[in-house]
Amino acid sequence: MNYFLEIFLGGLTRGSIYALIALGYTMVYGIIELINFAHGEIYMIGAFTALIVASVLTLLGFNTLSVFILALVLAVIYSCCYAFTMEKIAYKPLRQAPRLSALISAIGMSLFLQNYVLLAQTSDFLPFPRLIPDFDFMEPYAHIITTQEAVILITTAIFMTILTIFIKFTRMGKAMRATSQDKVMAALTGIDVNRVISFTFIVGAAAAAVGGVLIASHIGMINFYIGFIAGIKAFVAAVLGGIGSIPGAVLGSFVLGWTESFCTGYVSSDYEDVFAFLFLVLILIFRPAGILGRSESNKV
Amino acid sequence: MNLFPELRKSFIASLWFMFLTFPIMVIRVNTIENIVEWRWMNLVFVGIGSFFLSWLWRYLLSRKEMGVNKKTDDQDRTSLVSRLMKNKQLIIPAAALLAIFTIIFPHIFSTYQTSIMITALIYVMLGLGLNIVVGLAGLLDLGYVAFYAVGAYAYGLLNYHFGLGFWTALPVGAALGALFGILLGFPVLRLRGDYLAIVTLGFGEIIRLILENWNEFSFGPSGIANIPRPSFFGMDLSIQWATVYIYYIVIGICCITIVIVGRLQDSRIGRAWIALREDEIACQAMGIDKARTKLNAFALGATWAGMAGVVFAAKTTFINPASFTIWESIIILCIVVLGGMGSVVGVVSGALVLILLPEYLRAFSEYRLLIFGAILIFMMVFRPGGIVSDVRRVYRFESSAMDDKPQEYS
Amino acid sequence: MKAVLEVKGLSKDFGGLRALNGLDLDVGEGEIVALIGPNGAGKTTFFNCITGMYEPTEGDIFISPTGNGNVKERLQGLKPNQVTAKGLARTFQNIRLFQNMTVLENVMIGRHCRTKAGIARAIFRFASQRREEREIVKKSFEIVEKLGLKQYVNEFAKNLPYGAQRRLEIARAMATQPFLLLLDEPAAGMNPHETDELDELIRKIRKDEGISILLIEHDMKLVMSLSDRIYVLDYGQKIAQGTPKEIKNNPVVIKAYLGEEIDA
Repeated sequence: MNYFLEIFLGGLTRGSIYALIALGYTMVYGIIELINFAHGEIYMIGAFTALIVASVLTLLGFNTLSVFILALVLAVIYSCCYAFTMEKIAYKPLRQAPRLSALISAIGMSLFLQNYVLLAQTSDFLPFPRLIPDFDFMEPYAHIITTQEAVILITTAIFMTILTIFIKFTRMGKAMRATSQDKVMAALTGIDVNRVISFTFIVGAAAAAVGGVLIASHIGMINFYIGFIAGIKAFVAAVLGGIGSIPGAVLGSFVLGWTESFCTGYVSSDYEDVFAFLFLVLILIFRPAGILGRSESNKV
Repeated sequence: MNLFPELRKSFIASLWFMFLTFPIMVIRVNTIENIVEWRWMNLVFVGIGSFFLSWLWRYLLSRKEMGVNKKTDDQDRTSLVSRLMKNKQLIIPAAALLAIFTIIFPHIFSTYQTSIMITALIYVMLGLGLNIVVGLAGLLDLGYVAFYAVGAYAYGLLNYHFGLGFWTALPVGAALGALFGILLGFPVLRLRGDYLAIVTLGFGEIIRLILENWNEFSFGPSGIANIPRPSFFGMDLSIQWATVYIYYIVIGICCITIVIVGRLQDSRIGRAWIALREDEIACQAMGIDKARTKLNAFALGATWAGMAGVVFAAKTTFINPASFTIWESIIILCIVVLGGMGSVVGVVSGALVLILLPEYLRAFSEYRLLIFGAILIFMMVFRPGGIVSDVRRVYRFESSAMDDKPQEYS
Repeated sequence: MKAVLEVKGLSKDFGGLRALNGLDLDVGEGEIVALIGPNGAGKTTFFNCITGMYEPTEGDIFISPTGNGNVKERLQGLKPNQVTAKGLARTFQNIRLFQNMTVLENVMIGRHCRTKAGIARAIFRFASQRREEREIVKKSFEIVEKLGLKQYVNEFAKNLPYGAQRRLEIARAMATQPFLLLLDEPAAGMNPHETDELDELIRKIRKDEGISILLIEHDMKLVMSLSDRIYVLDYGQKIAQGTPKEIKNNPVVIKAYLGEEIDA
């Protein structure tokens, strides 16, 4: 039973990270119908910024808590700035272009950012400092859930709650929802669509950066390529849940996290990804628009 | 243009990029010895570079917008290549020159160059195959590399177990490719757009992961070595001559592919694909069987990937799953989109540019992928339709009833 | 007169909403029948049910193609492409042309279900394929000419003026050799002059090809001048049927169109 619980919580942790990244995919897709291939790189840049900031601050003699907070905050700020710039350069000029062109541009951006970090930093795996300490009161439960996993779960939950409130009740949130329904109509009612789009990228980037810092300190290693792999997984999660839908992305991420973790725990870790993808294919065959996605009715 | 505001904008952009790249460009942490390296010079480079690049960027953007306003001018430019193609006086000598160049290529260049050219030509095949699926039928396939892997492993394994030669393996690889195309096609018939993209991506990854992990079947990550090159009427050739031989084989297959894809494009099936891409509902209402048309496209596209896989295995004599990652699918997709979707000439030039460019950029070896990424963005922003835009056949009115060959121009 | 299309008790539910309720309708051989009604009355839903795009909740649809004796065939359960192959062709209210294909190619697509060259034949260009291809081009040119689109023949569909796009929709449908043409608001967005031309064109199609026509239309002048019979739909229900004259004076119809005041 403990083994089951451990795997269950492990899957939940994985799922939370996927969810933080998948949010960016699903929100951007909801608004401009673009698979932002470079979103994973934002997460990677977040992790790198945190690593750099944490190392510098540790050398300067800051204590653990302030290092953690400052690293997290700066990672979020930088990720947001990167996402903002990325949108302005690679996507904004392509609003009217065919969707495939925007996708290729996103792929180009992904390639560019990966190699930028590779060249400016290193291609080796870098050890990531343990920013989250082990709390003593967690000791009795350590065989089921580690402190880090608990922190990841709680942070994700808080972030999701804030985001939900934000989208439901604020002016910007309403503007975002309106824009995702109908860009032209939203513009006609006086919403600055370009601002909303920039903002969507920024929110997505913030979530991804939080995810990046959390997972990096959980796993303890980063390199320039982590963004791509995590990006693909998160994208799968977003599609699984029904792309464009925020609760869908979260649910899809948990489902994906559990699938992987149970397959690793009970079958074989070699085929973890195979099961994840097979599961995706199966779900989409029976529900072509994802778990929570509304199937597009053929309006004739 | 007023100078001062432009200067100011560039200055701001330069400041912004200096801020943006600061942690990653300037600071490098050595985590083993715990030292921080500060590289202030990089900041200067970024500042100066982004100052001028942002100027250039804005200039090109404003030019592009002007081009949109002057639509006629724009259209003239997009059809430049197509207009060149319709010019008979120009096209025949040009084609002859090209043919001669292609034929003597392996004799005037080194084996290394020939080998690079073979790789590029394999991508021409892959691009043309994917063009059927993405360019004509409009089905976004991100797992195309799976069929390429199927072809390569078909040759590798059949040769290993049964000693099958290249020429037997070629049709087998093609047939297996088609079979897998249909296998993938069936479950995804109902899916559209991006859902299709992610499922095909998943399919590609599944194939690769199986090849990587199923050691008994595919020899895992270490792959299959010592795959024979094609033999010339039973003779084994030296590496140099074998390369030349493969070069001619690939040229032959490419020519056949170009002819076939060209014919398909202007046939009943090809028109059905394009109609499917343009409007699925209207396409069905016009009496086209959607499922069958999609399966046709998947199967035919995969056939060429299967063949390309066999050729690839024969060329490198060694295959392992690392050659069939998702990046491979992405590069092939880039070839199709960058070249110009649906256009054969476009795809061929796209493949040559995209594969040869990084090879010859080796001078900047480390930077080539960075440059490659930048070029992709740049091309899409300033020329989203690709190098050569799609040209549709023109039919003559009166002569049509007679047996007159319709002419092609734009 | 023989009925080429016979619909009995057709209903269609969307969730809890009944869009069509027990509709009976028939179209006779060589007849022009109009289906009118306020927006949202279920007219297009009716077309979608007949052409296989929606599956009806209840009811029967029978066809009896022209020149096929009195054989009746059921139409339910067929896919849209199979319905078209049976000889029912439709146009769309919101124009759905193949934008990046030329006018002629759009029409050539219509020939798809009447021809059969497959992949192998397309690749090897056998004599039979070349003959078939010539046949397609020839037939398509004839149709293009008949519909007055000759001047646009090699233009992309997206570059055509609005009226021409509507005519191209009809041309494309005609190319499938239907015995019954379903036109969904063919005159929408046309100026009076173009509408008159359309009136003439539809009559010509019936006369020359012997095609029966069922059309949805809001332009009452066109409907009254063109149709032999009219069905009026409101809230998914048939509220009246008859000749143009009968419909014009039917108080129920006037009420549905103009509201309650008439009653008082």
